[in-house]
Formats: sequence, C-alpha cells, structure tokens
Amino acid sequence: MKIITGNDLESGAVTWWNGQGWSLRVEDAADAGDSAEAILAREEAARRVNAGYIIEGEPGSDGHPRPAHVKDRIRGLGPTVRLDLTLKPGDEIAAREVI
Amino acid sequence: MYQYDKFDQQMVDTRVAEFRDQVERRLAGKLTEDQFKPLRLMNGLYLQLHAYMLRVAIPYGTLSGAQMHVLADIADKYDRGYGHFTTRQNIQYNWIKLAEAPDLLEDLAKAEMHAIQTSGNCIRNISSDHFAGAAADEVADPRPYAELLRQWSSFHPEFSYLPRKFKFAVIASEEDRAAMRLHDIGIRIVKNDAGELGAAFYVGGGMGRTPMIAPLVRDFVPLDQLVTYAEACLRVYNRYGRRDNKYKARIKILVHELGKEEYTRQVEEEFALLLEQNIEPPIAELERIKMFFGDPAYDQDASSEIDRSDPDFALWVDTNTKAHKQPGYVSAVISLKPVGGIPGDATTAQMHLMGDLAARYSFDEARVTHTQNIVLPHVKISDLHALWTELDAAGLGTANLDQIGDIIACPGLDYCSLANARSIPIAQQISERFAKNGKGDTLGELKLKISGCINACGHHHAGHIGILGVDRKGVENYQLSLGGSEAEDTSLAKITGPGFDEAGIVDAVETAADVYLAAREGEERFIDTYRRIGMAPFKEALYG
Amino acid sequence: MVELLRLRKDETHSEAAVTVEAFLGRTNAGAVRIEPGEDGRELIPHLDRIRLVEVNFPVFGDGRGYSAARILREAGFTGEIRAVGDVLVDQIAYMRRCGFDAFAPDTPLNADDAKNALERWGEVYQPTTDGRRPIWAQRHE
Repeated sequence: MKIITGNDLESGAVTWWNGQGWSLRVEDAADAGDSAEAILAREEAARRVNAGYIIEGEPGSDGHPRPAHVKDRIRGLGPTVRLDLTLKPGDEIAAREVI
Repeated sequence: MYQYDKFDQQMVDTRVAEFRDQVERRLAGKLTEDQFKPLRLMNGLYLQLHAYMLRVAIPYGTLSGAQMHVLADIADKYDRGYGHFTTRQNIQYNWIKLAEAPDLLEDLAKAEMHAIQTSGNCIRNISSDHFAGAAADEVADPRPYAELLRQWSSFHPEFSYLPRKFKFAVIASEEDRAAMRLHDIGIRIVKNDAGELGAAFYVGGGMGRTPMIAPLVRDFVPLDQLVTYAEACLRVYNRYGRRDNKYKARIKILVHELGKEEYTRQVEEEFALLLEQNIEPPIAELERIKMFFGDPAYDQDASSEIDRSDPDFALWVDTNTKAHKQPGYVSAVISLKPVGGIPGDATTAQMHLMGDLAARYSFDEARVTHTQNIVLPHVKISDLHALWTELDAAGLGTANLDQIGDIIACPGLDYCSLANARSIPIAQQISERFAKNGKGDTLGELKLKISGCINACGHHHAGHIGILGVDRKGVENYQLSLGGSEAEDTSLAKITGPGFDEAGIVDAVETAADVYLAAREGEERFIDTYRRIGMAPFKEALYG
Repeated sequence: MVELLRLRKDETHSEAAVTVEAFLGRTNAGAVRIEPGEDGRELIPHLDRIRLVEVNFPVFGDGRGYSAARILREAGFTGEIRAVGDVLVDQIAYMRRCGFDAFAPDTPLNADDAKNALERWGEVYQPTTDGRRPIWAQRHE
C-alpha cells in the first residue's frame, strides 16, 4: 500500500494524495499503489505539491489506508505534545492512536 | 550590547531583499525545490515534519528586552503564539508560511536581528558563554570576539558551500559554560605570561553520529590574527573535508583522519600565506566592537543582603542565581523547564514578560543559554524578590537549574522530520516523575539530555545522563548513556546496554539516580560518583 | 539567456581547456580545467602562460571551486577564471568575489537575473582580491 504526501508550497501545510487531488486530512489518503511514482512526478511537474514523497501505508482500524510508520502518523496529526495545535484539538485519543 | 551601524543594517536589509526575490522566483516556479532549498536554509527556513520552520539567530545568545518583545510579536503575527529556544542559543518558530517569511525577516531586520546562516552548510550562529560580561572568572568578555567573527563569517564568499555545517563557540574562562570543545571550532580567549590576550583554537569537536572532543590546535593566536587564523582553518576544511559521505563531512572527521598534527601543519601553512593577503580587520575594529560591551551603570552601593524568609524564594535564589563580578548583583536564570512542560518553549506572553523584566531589572539585556533557558545577566540582589514573584506568577519561576528537571531535549519526532523518536514526552515524564518523588533537589546537579536521533541536537553524548531515541522496527526505543559532560571536564557518555521503551526509560533514569544516591560520598555530583564507581553498578541495577 | 557571461574586456580565449594532469604533462596549453578535489596550487608555477582557468562545479553544493579560484587570484593570476557546470544565478556574486570573472553554466543564465545578483551587494564584510573595501576598512578611514 502506497501513500503520497508532500507540502503545500506557499503555506507549508502537510498534504495527502486522495486519489483526485491533495487533502489536508490524512484520513483522506488514498492507496496510490503502483501508480504512486507516476502520480507524484505528474503532480510535482504541475507544481500542485512541494517536496512530495511516497510512504508505506497499511489498513487502519476503519479499513482506510493510514501511514505504516509512526513518524508519518505524527505528521498526519501534529505534535502529540500540543494537541491544541493538531488537526484534532482536544481529541485525547488521537495522540495515543498514532503511536 | 552591540548595535548595528548603517553598514550592518544595510547588509541585513539587502539579505531580506535578496530572499524576497528568491521566494518570488520559487513561488513563480523559476527555481526548483532542489535549487531553492540551500537558499532558504541559508536564511534559516526548513521544511519540517508539519510545516516550514524558521530559526532566528540570537548572536552569542545576547538580546535586548526590546528584541525579546519582537520575538514575541513574531510568534503572534506569523506563528501560533510560541517559540522554541534551542541548544545553539537560537529561537525556532514551527508554523511559518513561505509567502510570509520575507515579511517576517523584514520585521526582524528592523530590530537588528536576522536568520542568516542559521542553517545550511555554512558558518552558523556563533555561540558563547551565557554569563559573558557578568562572570567573575572571565579574562575578558568573549562576545566582542564572537561579534568580530559574526561579521567575518556572514556572507563569506568562500565558505558558503562547505562540506557540512560549521559551528563556532567563543568563551573566555576556564569554566566552560558553552560546550566549547564540542564545536567545530572552539575558541578560548586566554591571557599569556606577558598579560596579553589571545585565542586558543580547539578544532574538530562535535556531537552527532561520531562525537569527538576538539583537540587544541594552537594555544595562542594573537588578537590581530584571529580572523586570518580562522580563515586558514576553514580553507583547509573547505578544500579537504570529505564530500563523499555527509555523515563523514564534518571537520571533526577531517581532523581525526589527518591527525591533529597534520591538520595543524596544513593550517599553519595556509595561515602563513593568508597573512600576506592582509585580510585581518585592524585592532581598532575590535576596539570599536568592545565599546558596545562595556559594563552597564551598576549601582556601586547595591546591597547584598537578602530576605530569605520565604522558603520558595530562597530555594529559587540558591538554585537559579549565579555569582556576579559586581558586588550586590547576580545573574538570574529563568527556567523554561516547568514540571511537565516542553523544554525551551515560551509563549508570546512569557516572552513579553521576559522582555519587560529584562528592561526593568537587567539593564534591558537577556541571554539564551545552550540549555534552553533565559538569563537576566545583571540583576540587583535587592530586586530579586520582586523579579521572582513576577516570574513565578507566569510559570517561569521553577527552581531547577542544572537539576534533573532542567532537561535539554531536542524537538524530536513531534516536530522534526529527521527524528526517530519523540524526545519531549520523555522529558515531560521524567520531570514529572522526579517532581512527584521529591528526589530532584536531593540529586543536586544532574544534567540530563535527550536527543530524538543520532544527530544529537539534544546533546545526549554530553549528558551526565543521556538518552537517545532510536527507531526499532517502527517502534520508539530509547538508549541510556552515562558519564558525559559538556563542561571544562568534557567527556562523552557511554551507552549502558540494550534500550528501553517509553515507560522503561523513565524507570531506568530513576534506577540510575538511585544507584548514585546510594553510592555518593560527601559532596559528589552524579558525574563524580559515576567517574569513581564506573558503569558496572549502574548496569547491574538496570539489567542485573 | 546568456551562454557565457564574461566580466572582462579582453578577447575570449577559445582554446579548449585541458585537465590539470594533462596541463602539467605538456608545456603549450593555455587553458586548463580544475575539477573539485584537484589542487589549483599546482598551477601556480605556470601562471604566466595560462590564459584561461575553468573551474568545474559538477554539483552546485560542492564549494571547493571557490577556494580554488581565490587561491589563484591570491597568487597573482590575472587571466580569466570561468565557472562551468552546475552554476546557479544565486551563486555568482560570491563567485565573483572569489575571483571568477566568467560564467558558463550548463543552464544558461538569465541576463537580468544575473545583473541583479551581481549588483545586489553594495557592501562586503570580507576583503578578497576583488579590491572591494570591506566594511571595517570604511569604518576606520
């Protein structure tokens, strides 16, 4: 399972390939499979993503793809020590789930 | 404090304009990310785990209260209400937008600050003793030499694409409060037998993957040859430092592989040639810079009496203030390590308060320490209670300087794309554990340092107790090491054995602390006991 | 776009540059190319007969060529020093300070961008052989 992530050039925000475009939510990440490299090359050439790269994915508890490595899951959430700054402020469980 | 003249101002203004142009070309697609990356890095702008991160230089850790206010304003205007003070006396902001970075740099430039060369393979911000100008044991204030080197190293045309980053530290006392020998070049200002000042050069120290203590390369460089000698050290490195492997590219590897004698011979040869080029600023320039670092207008009648009736205050005074060369004054250390807090973080409000307190109680001057705390260098003893009262009310009055709660921690996997494990939660749990069990004060001086990866930004090699986070098959794992020191008795810590998980490492630290408490004799610090009894009793308790 | 940006007035020397090794092995070459890792100081005994030194930058991040150029200028070389290879517009101002006076990058320079880059820095902190007075000299006139 392959997930593509990168950043928005102007804001630096982390983005995830959702099958059609780029989402700020890791939950939207799609399995790009064997096309990952082709998609990333095309999107970088079109300057729709900055500093993109491909990571391993795995099925999450809800069946949707999620990053296989803890680093990328923290990237998807935000700093576990400042939940107020993450995409899920106030969600105590979120930090534990990514570890 | 140093103040820019029209030239210094023009240089930072020009850099802002240059970077604005580079950002515009990047946003317009005229620069690729590969081409833009070294340019943004030379302006301190990283692309981190979550966003762009900007590192602002605080030259030799000295800033005014007004500059502290500007740092606070930037945290509000461009970031999310806080900043992170680093082990190289800088501040980092974690949520910067590329399109706004030039405006931010312009705001900084108006306050005589910049982010120049805070990253990239160039000469980085020059660090120094955070008690410079206040310490009784210095032969001179080291900061004028650091400022001279700051100007020499800024926009250096030959040394902006070095094999790897390059860090200087300058001190001027026997006691080392700046981890001088763990820098690429450590300079100690010394006095020779004739009473003249000069510079001892230690070259090739560093932490990272291959920690090394810098050997002494020249014991006395006359002050009118300081820049030329530094230039020679750098030129040999630029020409012969390894570029085939980034993990072997620091100058410590070159010095190690050539041997200290051969490296020194090459430097001396280059130095002799460079002397003919007349690249050294005149002593008058050093004297000009020194004028900015004169003593403030101390109250010569300041009293050293202190009312210790409030035990919390008395504890803070004993723990967080340091003797000053001027009678009636101390240097006060503001701990950015509240129990359970994030080491080195300060909110906008806290920065504003520290700026106010610097103005009110410390001749408008503050310092950043390499241990991620803030110093008010010149505080009247009679003002201490008022100062502490305000600090305490703002969560800045923790009395734990150099104790186990005063932890150095890198941002780790919570923020850093290079990290393998989180550092901050480990620091939080350890400080909470020792606050709860009450052993923090009993343990006395115990320097605990945590890095989230082998790059060692958290100085774990130099911790009395060091912790290194590693990735073990996708799970965070923590190696414990003992016996490091960044002070004048510089030593590198040794790993105890197999690593621990998150809960295990906190227990392991307590176990190590207990071994010390049981074994210590007299006034021994943790490091003294460790050096006397060795690793074995610790291993036995940890793994036995 | 400019294939060869030259900041000197003399005629372009069109001889193909030879390697340092080849140069040291024969006596009539007037153009030589220094690769990273080669010691430009080996050329110093022969500077009077060299018209053109090319310094190659296979990757822009390898800064050895800056030292190579500066060393030749410090030794008194007055011929052309040309930066070739992966040379970017954001680097040419520093290169010029180190003694380069010609640029022939793999990707040609935009003339306006190059002009801006070369004119941007009105003051300098360090003296080099380019003759510009460093800030400290102006402070103590």
